Amino acid sequence: MKAVELNEISKTYGKEKTLAVDAVSFSIDEGELFGLIGPDGAGKTSIFRILTTLLIPDGGSATVDGLELVKDYKKIRSRIGYMPGKFSLYQDLTIEENLNFFATVFGTTVEENFELIRDIYVQIEPFKTRRAGKLSGGMKQKLALCCALIHEPKILFLDEPTTGVDPVSRKEFWEMLKRLKSKNITIVVSTPYMDEAALCDRIGLIQNGKMLSIDKPDEIIKSYQNKLYQIKALNKYALLKDLRAMENTLNCFTFGEYLHISFKYESDKTSIELINSLTSLGHSQIEIREITPGIEDCFIQLLKN
Amino acid sequence: MKKQLFIFIRKEFAHVMRDSKTLLVLFGLPIVQILIFGFALTNEVKNAKIMVVDRAHDVYSQQLIRKIEASRYFEIKTDGISNSNIEENFKAGAIKVALIIPSNFNQNLLHENAAELRIVADASDPNTANTLTNYLSSIIMDFQNEVNIHTTLPYKIIPEIRMLYNPQLKGVHNFVPGVMALVLMLVCVMMTAISIVKEKETGTMEILLVSPFKPILVLISKVIPYLILSLVNVCTILLLSVFVLNLPVNGSLLLLFAESTLFIITCLSIGVFISVKTDSQQTAMLISMMGMMLPTILFSGFMFPIENMPLPLQIVSNIIPSKWYYVIVKSIMIKGLGFSAIWKETLILFFITIILTGISLKSFKIRLA
Repeated sequence: MKAVELNEISKTYGKEKTLAVDAVSFSIDEGELFGLIGPDGAGKTSIFRILTTLLIPDGGSATVDGLELVKDYKKIRSRIGYMPGKFSLYQDLTIEENLNFFATVFGTTVEENFELIRDIYVQIEPFKTRRAGKLSGGMKQKLALCCALIHEPKILFLDEPTTGVDPVSRKEFWEMLKRLKSKNITIVVSTPYMDEAALCDRIGLIQNGKMLSIDKPDEIIKSYQNKLYQIKALNKYALLKDLRAMENTLNCFTFGEYLHISFKYESDKTSIELINSLTSLGHSQIEIREITPGIEDCFIQLLKN
Repeated sequence: MKKQLFIFIRKEFAHVMRDSKTLLVLFGLPIVQILIFGFALTNEVKNAKIMVVDRAHDVYSQQLIRKIEASRYFEIKTDGISNSNIEENFKAGAIKVALIIPSNFNQNLLHENAAELRIVADASDPNTANTLTNYLSSIIMDFQNEVNIHTTLPYKIIPEIRMLYNPQLKGVHNFVPGVMALVLMLVCVMMTAISIVKEKETGTMEILLVSPFKPILVLISKVIPYLILSLVNVCTILLLSVFVLNLPVNGSLLLLFAESTLFIITCLSIGVFISVKTDSQQTAMLISMMGMMLPTILFSGFMFPIENMPLPLQIVSNIIPSKWYYVIVKSIMIKGLGFSAIWKETLILFFITIILTGISLKSFKIRLA
């Protein structure tokens, strides 16, 4: 049985029928760590809200843990854990009170499922009498995760859990997700950060409500059709302008200090010819090297097609 | 289920108790309102500045002036006043009313059996001008009776006026019930609406909705703390009115609390309804302030008499719950009436409550949209 299965799910908003989710179909296996990757406004939150029974889709069908989305919403609600994107707990309650509250509301006690959250909780336990509003972003996320886990859900939905969290806490957070996965909890997570995509078992790239590609991160990278080069010169901005003006350039984007470039026609001499023509345009300190593409490169290419 | 409800209600109390601003609004508001209405805002006129131009300087005119001086309504202004020009004094705002006694006052009264007096009032504030001239006329009437004590007129009608329920015509009698309606409306509607919308804003509502906790119980546990806190407010207001403003509760205290509870439930369901229809705390607050406080002030009859309004507004006033509550509280507190006298108002309030509760329960969503 699939943990989550979507079949042509669509969702529109408002009178203008703005399409937020456009006939999306995919499935998630039990015990899988599935990532929904896409920029803001891609439709990630809408899909999460549909799967957590908070929104009714306009079209299509879906099951969560084998249960029909609309009909069995009550049963689904007791089997899932959900951490909304803007979830900020009760700021004026302490860590302990927040946890106790959510445990009780979900019909359980902190003691009963403490094993599941122990690893995470020990990190914030020293501050358990501190109010949630006074916690750092990373600690808030840990507490929110504890609250979402306290009733031992079979499927965990995390909507942009690492947005606004420092890099160290982000790394820790993903390690925690790995540990939860080993306890056979299915995890569906969304993120706008491409570097986090590689940490998922499978990812779905989403843009404007449409699923662009669903696969393992390695496979998505393998599917990148062209050779990719990173290139650098003294004047980065002029370089970008000149490269984009060239006829043979397929894509050219800035990536930190480098530019990533792919070409329409490729031969052994491509890079040498490029250096020559760039030198004649007055560029200096040119460096060019072939690289393996990242998820972000694949995403850009998918968007272009 | 009981345990869930209990922890939820405890959480709501924690929200209120840990936020000093909420606490201030919740418990400070009724106290401040009662005190402001009790001592500062009153439509009784006291110590109005009067200028007396005595051209007679005889026994009777002196007697009349002493009488005016003795009343607590007037304060005779003498210093800084140029006798010659009354209008200057009005323009400068130094006096509210002027009394002119003509030079042959005594003579006219004794020999012609009729004397004229002139009263000039500053009618830029018509209510005050009216009140002051009435006060002054009644003082003069009184004076006339004293002068006439030896003579008997052929016919005489003496109206004997009795002011029932409020013999001293104190404003307090009017506004304590009004403030009760106002405070309950404000606290219940605004606080409930804000506390629910806040959960929407912070995203905790999404969690509560996906929890197995029934949505209807979310509502009940949101509403109960404010019901209790509002009853505390009713107590505060009553204690203040009895011990600070000397306005006793003439009727049954139990009945008063029962009716207040009914009204509080009305307000709470309005609060829930607003919270369902809005998504931000600011909007919720504005709607509660504008949509609830204003009609309460305008249409409950405690500031402006409903009888004087044009018919369409009178009809509108009937759907304002605070109007009925105001009538009920006045009947119990001031007139000391029992349930038999207010059953009609209670019934109307009851139906409004049923309808509002129905609407708000129905509009409360188990999903986000």
